[in-house]
Amino acid sequence: MAHADDKATGIGDLLQNVVAWPIRILFKLIDYPVTAIQNVIGIRRMPWLFLLPNLAFFGMFVIIPLFMNFAYSLTGGTELFISERPYTGGEQYGFLFDCDNYADPLSCREDRFWKGIFNTAVFIFFQVSFMVLFSLITALVLNREIRGRGFWRAVFFFPVLLSPVVVALIWKWILLRDGILNAFLVSIGLDRILFFVSPEWAMFWAVFVSIWAHMGFYTLILLAGLQAIQPDLYEAAEMDGTSKERVFFRITLPLLWPNMLVVIVLALIKGVQVFDEVYVLTGGGPGTATQFIVQYIYNTAFTNQVQNFGLASAASMVLGVVLFVLTLTQLAATRRRDND
Amino acid sequence: MRRSLKLMAASSLFALVAGAASAQTELRMMWYNDGIEGEVMQSILDRFEEAHPEISVTLDVVPYQAVLESLPIQLAAGNGPDIARVTDLGGLSEHYLDLRPYIQDPAYWETNFGPFLDWLDPDGDAINGFMTQLTVTGPYVNRTLFEQAGVDMPGEGATWEDWAAAVNEVASALDIPIPMAWDRSGHRVAGPAIAQGAQMFDADGNPALVDEGLQRMAQLLYDWHQDGTMSLELWGSVSGSSYLGANEDFANANVVMYMSGSWQIPQFASTIGDAFDWWAVPAPCGPAACTGMPGGAALVAIGDTEHPEEVGVLMDYLAQEEVLAEFYGRTLFIPGHLGLASGGIEFDTDDPRAAHALATFAGAVPSISPVAFALQGYPSNRVMFNALISRLNEAIVGELTLDEAYARMEEDIANQLAESDR
Repeated sequence: MAHADDKATGIGDLLQNVVAWPIRILFKLIDYPVTAIQNVIGIRRMPWLFLLPNLAFFGMFVIIPLFMNFAYSLTGGTELFISERPYTGGEQYGFLFDCDNYADPLSCREDRFWKGIFNTAVFIFFQVSFMVLFSLITALVLNREIRGRGFWRAVFFFPVLLSPVVVALIWKWILLRDGILNAFLVSIGLDRILFFVSPEWAMFWAVFVSIWAHMGFYTLILLAGLQAIQPDLYEAAEMDGTSKERVFFRITLPLLWPNMLVVIVLALIKGVQVFDEVYVLTGGGPGTATQFIVQYIYNTAFTNQVQNFGLASAASMVLGVVLFVLTLTQLAATRRRDND
Repeated sequence: MRRSLKLMAASSLFALVAGAASAQTELRMMWYNDGIEGEVMQSILDRFEEAHPEISVTLDVVPYQAVLESLPIQLAAGNGPDIARVTDLGGLSEHYLDLRPYIQDPAYWETNFGPFLDWLDPDGDAINGFMTQLTVTGPYVNRTLFEQAGVDMPGEGATWEDWAAAVNEVASALDIPIPMAWDRSGHRVAGPAIAQGAQMFDADGNPALVDEGLQRMAQLLYDWHQDGTMSLELWGSVSGSSYLGANEDFANANVVMYMSGSWQIPQFASTIGDAFDWWAVPAPCGPAACTGMPGGAALVAIGDTEHPEEVGVLMDYLAQEEVLAEFYGRTLFIPGHLGLASGGIEFDTDDPRAAHALATFAGAVPSISPVAFALQGYPSNRVMFNALISRLNEAIVGELTLDEAYARMEEDIANQLAESDR
């Protein structure tokens, strides 16, 4: 038996050597140029070398387009190539912000831009509030010792894996005049509801579907935060006879707050960017009731016969500033959490 | 050794030359489908490739939305296909190829496609392509529902108001959810607006969308949405200028009268068949005319093609009278070829409803208002259509008053035209 074990170990070593050999060769091959570069630029600059591929991609697909977008926002006309477009300075921004009263979109020259901003603000308010609330409740439930906990965690996370267009189409089929929901309402003796004709219902479903689709992701972040809280704290509180509400507000919530902040800021950023799901679900209607800022940019640049890339770029720069501020907030929140 | 090397070099060279000699030119054709026309075109292209083995053609079938939104960007970037089927006929004209140097008999094209060539090139005399279909907008009714309700269908010369009253009677008698539905499209509204007296252009030929005629039609549409003649679900449920059709609702007998156009014939023939009597009726009248809008789709050569000669060969093949007779006949499209239009087409259908619809729409062509032809030929007509549909929609759902909507329509058009003139 011992002999058989020795034989197995021998074969194992042999296999290990066979696998390790090319890797060792590869490391040596990489080692020579890296050592040579290190000799030239010094060890302190080496991290930049490793960051270079990512920086190149980031520059190519984020920084350069950002500058191009800004350049487009200073031009007019319908030509695609920037070299062929006339310079218009801040005219596009002036057009966007030409309002008698910023609280009333109809008083603005470009009313749809402001309607987009107002609709996005309303959407974010409800979507982020309820998203965080439902994610927190779900995370608290999934953190308990319940039967089939793994299954339920998967169930709540599953919609996150679906494409936004698929999510929107599924819900559209459910909500149409002859959809499943209306069939159910009729079957219990109620009248059909034309959900996409009422601005309130359309906004409600836009918020609901968005929460349904993304809640799993935020639940997961909060669940990770809950699991990082030391069980000793709960045991000590229990021994002191602390009420469950007090435990929640004095232990769970404060310790979960850094994760909550990340969830809030991430949900805000996603909320500002909302487009695909709602575009497929409601088409921005009825009227302009669910037309958000990204759809305004898309329509201005692509769906009109006169494709106004300059105005769309100016609007997207405004959106970019909002996103930049939110991202800084998120970074600050993350840093604070790390320091805590 | 040296000999075998020479032999290898010679055989490689031969293979290279032979390969180059047999290389095919590949052409790409961007296409969208309303019905079975993609299938018909593919079978014609298969025959073309058999006759011209040096050219292969790939039919890229895309959604109609891609033709409207993506194709202009592709063309502007110089990445378009070699040939495309388009409906924004004059709007994309700067990107078309003038086929004159590449086709065998330009006179044949001028004779048979003459008036439509101007739609493709309003400012010049280029030959850019031909119409794969001529369309006329107009309504269909569900005649079976009229019979079941015991309501007489309004006859020749009936107005839109007559039809609205009749379809409401049918819908209330049979509990049909949508008495009347229109495609959500400015093009569809334009014909009836012209019937109400809209002129669309001022005396100098500049676009002037809002006048009394247009306001009369807009008021009718507004009222019909408020009183339930038209369902808010179609026009009210999306934003901007998004197109929505009611063809599925009509095919499911949820609509008594459906304002669309001749391109629906092949689809209704296959999806409805004889399930009920779908019946094309002449364009209802207004005080100024009884007219629909002309329009259609054209197959155009794209200027950035690297193979203009081969594109010319293909377009010459497709534009032949016998090829087009087969295409129009099988697809049930109204011919955009004057010779075939005057000689008559043998349509590949034994469905009396389809035959009647084809006769109705083809027969409507002479009565189309000159204003409608002028509007169709105006390269920036989509600017007008989009302003009309999007702002009227905002009024219908209560975001604007009709007067505010009219003012916004004019501003939208002025802003967009100013932007394109920079």
